[in-house]
Amino acid sequence: MCTYLTVKDGVEGSAKGPGGSWFRVTDVTVYYDHPVHAMAEHTLNIDFSAPAAGPGARVALELTAESAQALVAAVQKALDAVPVEMLS
Amino acid sequence: MTQLPTGASASGSLTATTVTLPGHGGDTIEAYVAMPEGDTRRGGVVVIHHLPGYDRPTKEIARRFAELGYDAVCPNLYSREAPGASPDDAAAVARSNGGVPDERLVGDVAGAVEYLRALPTSNGKVGVIGHCSGGRQTVLAACHLDVDAAVDCYGAFVTGIIPPNLPLKVTTLVDQLPELRAPLLGLFGAEDSHPSPEQVAELEQLLTDLGKDFEFHSYEGAGHAFFAVNRPSYNVAAANDGWERIESFFARHIGG
Repeated sequence: MCTYLTVKDGVEGSAKGPGGSWFRVTDVTVYYDHPVHAMAEHTLNIDFSAPAAGPGARVALELTAESAQALVAAVQKALDAVPVEMLS
Repeated sequence: MTQLPTGASASGSLTATTVTLPGHGGDTIEAYVAMPEGDTRRGGVVVIHHLPGYDRPTKEIARRFAELGYDAVCPNLYSREAPGASPDDAAAVARSNGGVPDERLVGDVAGAVEYLRALPTSNGKVGVIGHCSGGRQTVLAACHLDVDAAVDCYGAFVTGIIPPNLPLKVTTLVDQLPELRAPLLGLFGAEDSHPSPEQVAELEQLLTDLGKDFEFHSYEGAGHAFFAVNRPSYNVAAANDGWERIESFFARHIGG
């Protein structure tokens, strides 16, 4: 299925991308659709990118729905454990 | 066995290369061209790539049409957003931008159709085929361009209801179907949800009411993307039968 459902947001941080180089990421795109590489009919796909640096400045993730939910929970758990004064 | 069109090389020999051609608005766009060996007059096929991009499996489809005896061209619909980028990176940019606008798609396919008809080997006839998002775009192109045959492989959002707040700029084609000007072959998976069997039935009813020339087949046990040989959704029986129907349909409408 092509859900065409795409969620976009701005992010601030860095990612290790093509060629093993770090780059500053400015955008994230999240969608549930066919993967390019993962062996599943559909996956939750996340693209961290820096459009200003060109199409190749991208780190892509393709996760099964179950793995994506586990990731969401893990991220939330890690953030919940951080003292409030450190969250800035 | 389906009879091959007269353009087919008995050995299956072909050449494939990358060219540029004028697309929508006169923009220069990249395209992949595959042609059978020899100078026999033959039909042409425009292969519209799916949302994941101008990728290796789509180029394989173009080469298969050359092996079947057609000149085939696949325009890179993401030429403008990400020239020279890898197909998956280019697709990510296009998706992030909201997809390919319909008007631009029609212009790019028109450029590909003109390119095919200008080839010295052309018999003047051109068919269009697309899978997934390319299936919808095939129907769209056949509503606006003078092509001789169109093959929609499980294109979503031709009918049905577009979900609210959809970031991609897509509409159904219901209001454009009266303009459909080519015979349409539709190949669908009965287990697909985009398009669902209900949406396929809606399209079938609309085309019947409009008196259009069409032929639909839905495969039991097949879901979306059953032609995709590199995905778990690949369904051998449906894909083999589907290819035979495509060969027969194109032989009838653009062969010779």
